[in-house]
Amino acid sequence: MTFVFVIAGILGASCIMCLYRIGHGPSAADRAVAIDILGVVVVGFVCLLVLLTRKDYFVNLAIAWSLVSFIGTLALAKHLEGKRFDE
Amino acid sequence: MSSHVIIGYSFLAVGAFFDFFGCLGLLRLPDVYNRCQAATKCVTLGTIFILAGTAIVTASAAIALKAGLCCMFILFTSPAAAHALVRGAYLAGVRLWDKSVVNKFKERADEIKYPRGEEK
Repeated sequence: MTFVFVIAGILGASCIMCLYRIGHGPSAADRAVAIDILGVVVVGFVCLLVLLTRKDYFVNLAIAWSLVSFIGTLALAKHLEGKRFDE
Repeated sequence: MSSHVIIGYSFLAVGAFFDFFGCLGLLRLPDVYNRCQAATKCVTLGTIFILAGTAIVTASAAIALKAGLCCMFILFTSPAAAHALVRGAYLAGVRLWDKSVVNKFKERADEIKYPRGEEK
């Protein structure tokens, strides 16, 4: 059980690095890339939640989160490219 | 502690290692394109390792099936998202790092930006 908290600490350090890049990114593209990476790291956090509680329905949360994060990233990419969301 | 728990925890350790160094690359590399390739590859592999380790530690069929599904989704969507982001960044005018040596997207980007060949 202690090991799971060590892994959570490492993932928390990764999240803090992503948050630094979101806050201080020189361009908008840096921020979009960091948001995408943060979405994938959160899936790892949900896995640790599964390990702590042994409930299988939290994995559904991981699947839904990864797909929603993908759609959000695509919307950000389209916005960067200068298009409207419906073309 | 039985053997599958030890194997699963070692998978978790490898996954956290990859996640950490991917985010370190996101913090330390010089421009958007370098950051995106380092972070996308490392974090995708690390999260897949964490999902596999969870499935091995819990040794439950439902968790293993859903974790495999989530692995497949991440494996398919993460490179597509990174490709769309980098393309959007280039078309938005983000410059390459001044020590970058090759740019194979330049001609196609000029075709996209100026479709009739006027005013390069």
